[in-house]
Amino acid sequence: MTASTATQDVYFFCTCLVDLFVPEAGLDAVTLLEKSGVRVHFPEEQTCCGQPAYTSGQPDEARAVARQQLGLFPKPWPIILPSGSCAGMMRHHYPTLFAGTPDLARAESVASRVWELSEFLVDVLGVRLTDYGVPTRVALHTSCSARRETNALRTTRALLGQLDQVTLEIQDHESECCGFGGMFSVRHPEISGGIVRDKVAAIRACGAETLITGDCGCMLNITGHAAKTGTAITGKHLASFLLERALGLEALTKKGGAK
Amino acid sequence: MSQPLNFVPVAEFRERARSVVANPDLQKSLRGAMDFLQAKRSAQFPDDAEFQRLRDLGEAIRQYSLSRLPELLEVLEAKLTENGIQVHWAETPEQANTIFIDIAQRHNARSVIKGKSMVSEEVELNHALQEAGIDALESDMGEYIVQLADEKPSHIIMPAIHKTKVEIAELFAERIPGVDYTDSVDELIQIGRKVLREKFAAADIGVSGVNFMVAETGTLCLVENEGNGRMSTTVPRVHVAITGIEKVVEKLAHVPPLLSLLTRSATGQAVTTYVNMISSPRKVDEADGPDAVHLILLDNGRTQAYADEQLRSTLQCIRCGACMNHCPVYTRIGGHAYGTTYPGPIGKIISPHLLGLDSTYGLATASTLCGACAEVCPVRIPIPDLLIRLRTEAYSNPATASEAVRGAGSAYSSVAMALWHAWAATYRYPALYRLFTWCASRFRFLTPGKQGGWTVNHRAMQPARRRFRDQLKDRA
Repeated sequence: MTASTATQDVYFFCTCLVDLFVPEAGLDAVTLLEKSGVRVHFPEEQTCCGQPAYTSGQPDEARAVARQQLGLFPKPWPIILPSGSCAGMMRHHYPTLFAGTPDLARAESVASRVWELSEFLVDVLGVRLTDYGVPTRVALHTSCSARRETNALRTTRALLGQLDQVTLEIQDHESECCGFGGMFSVRHPEISGGIVRDKVAAIRACGAETLITGDCGCMLNITGHAAKTGTAITGKHLASFLLERALGLEALTKKGGAK
Repeated sequence: MSQPLNFVPVAEFRERARSVVANPDLQKSLRGAMDFLQAKRSAQFPDDAEFQRLRDLGEAIRQYSLSRLPELLEVLEAKLTENGIQVHWAETPEQANTIFIDIAQRHNARSVIKGKSMVSEEVELNHALQEAGIDALESDMGEYIVQLADEKPSHIIMPAIHKTKVEIAELFAERIPGVDYTDSVDELIQIGRKVLREKFAAADIGVSGVNFMVAETGTLCLVENEGNGRMSTTVPRVHVAITGIEKVVEKLAHVPPLLSLLTRSATGQAVTTYVNMISSPRKVDEADGPDAVHLILLDNGRTQAYADEQLRSTLQCIRCGACMNHCPVYTRIGGHAYGTTYPGPIGKIISPHLLGLDSTYGLATASTLCGACAEVCPVRIPIPDLLIRLRTEAYSNPATASEAVRGAGSAYSSVAMALWHAWAATYRYPALYRLFTWCASRFRFLTPGKQGGWTVNHRAMQPARRRFRDQLKDRA
């Protein structure tokens, strides 16, 4: 793996879902960044971007939680997230959330430095990956926030395109939402279930062996529904998949470590 | 204000949605219909840069028009009056219906033929006319089918999109006297056309909606494909148009970009078969046209949306229906499940102003906020942002709720609020967060197997054995 820029420092915001439910995605993202020549800093005081409350119509609660994150990035370093959804929240919605408050300047500073992982790997680091894996076919699900609030659709496809043993299968209605929508999936299971049912069927039908996504919310939705209905779908966060492909066994056994 | 007949309470929304999602035939036909409409639209906008420029223009025209709405409405009224078109103002659906019935009685009208008009659906005009002893017949083929079936439109552009060819064939054979069963689309259209032709000639009043009103010239613009709009507005001796106050633009030059966006977004047509520009009743030297033209302008909550800077963008809508054609929720539940005149994403943001947030907030929460609607909206209405705003209004404390939306605070629950407070308290204090997540991870075997709505569709979520932050330390 090669990258074009010299060593630089970045902040890593792991997101609450990764911290508690999919830690391997965070670890693999950190390893990827380090292998690309970046020094990764993890502010211990981070919790959640505040999105669950924000989209549920609780802006005061969202602001209280989001404000806690604003103070964690004092140096002018980029802030990398292994999630298009949380990146979209911090990049696009923080300025709205803090409009008219004394925290607006800090919120704008954070917003302007936020990068979804694949965006940073491609557009800033110019990462070139070498594929050490066996031939495989994958499906990519890009979250709606990643697709519409970041450049992650382009950059994720660019990264997968660098892996010459990986064939990207396009599932039916590829651009459609998976039906997660955060609290929506809990509040309206009758509708959410209909959407994710179709997504699972489309992924199964496209012939992919693995589902790749840059967002753990979508991944837990799709694989959680697949597991409930006895459908075999293996989901993998983009970071884990890239690491496994680009570093071969070295990555799988987590012996890579920081360079 | 009495509740419109077709309104379905929130509790029933859930049940209706569930039954549609569970019906494989309906799922297949909804998906097929939406795919068809998406493809048609997409073919009209092959060049994204051109589309973005055109929607910039469309958005600017709509925002400019709204910024001068009160003034433009006055200019419009003066110009229409000068042209011989009588203008009536209705604040509520009841007022609109009363005005209409009054016009009908003055002209001794017994029968009405209707071109397509969603605002007439909004005020339940057909029902009011029926009660007043006046026959009303829909002349748009989709509306005619829906009326024949005693149903409501399930889509603002394609009222009968929920019906299959076979269902329509059976309906015609059952409800139209002297008609034998046929499922040939051409024959069905001919049957409908024959019935309607006779009615056009006999009707006392023709009704239409309006797509755009031009203030400076006093012109009512109406697009359609079947010719029934032109027939409805020219054959009967009286034409009554009904529309919402937001449809006004300043100049004639503002119409073409909106027209282009409307027909391309709605039906994937560069232009509709008919574009009607109505500026006056029949003049002395003219062969065709009605003796009298009336325009009923309806408010019905629109001024409430207008008064709020953010919510005002709701009124930019040109009613193309592209938002519903691209909505994953609409594709799953269809138009009737919403229970409101306007279904889909636009329905979720306009209905709270028409009906009150208290009875419609459940619609605002029924969205993944995926943004597909905003992406295709030809006038850039930020629908997901408006949905978040409406949720915020609905869940606010009634004691301190804003007065921007009628029914604000109606979804407030002290239990839910206490849970959000607890969530925020946990996530705003890193020490509490760490304690909570440490416990959740350490005692993961205690994670409940039933997790509310989540486990309806998913295997229960279980925290990882060790959190990311712990594993990151391990590896250092």
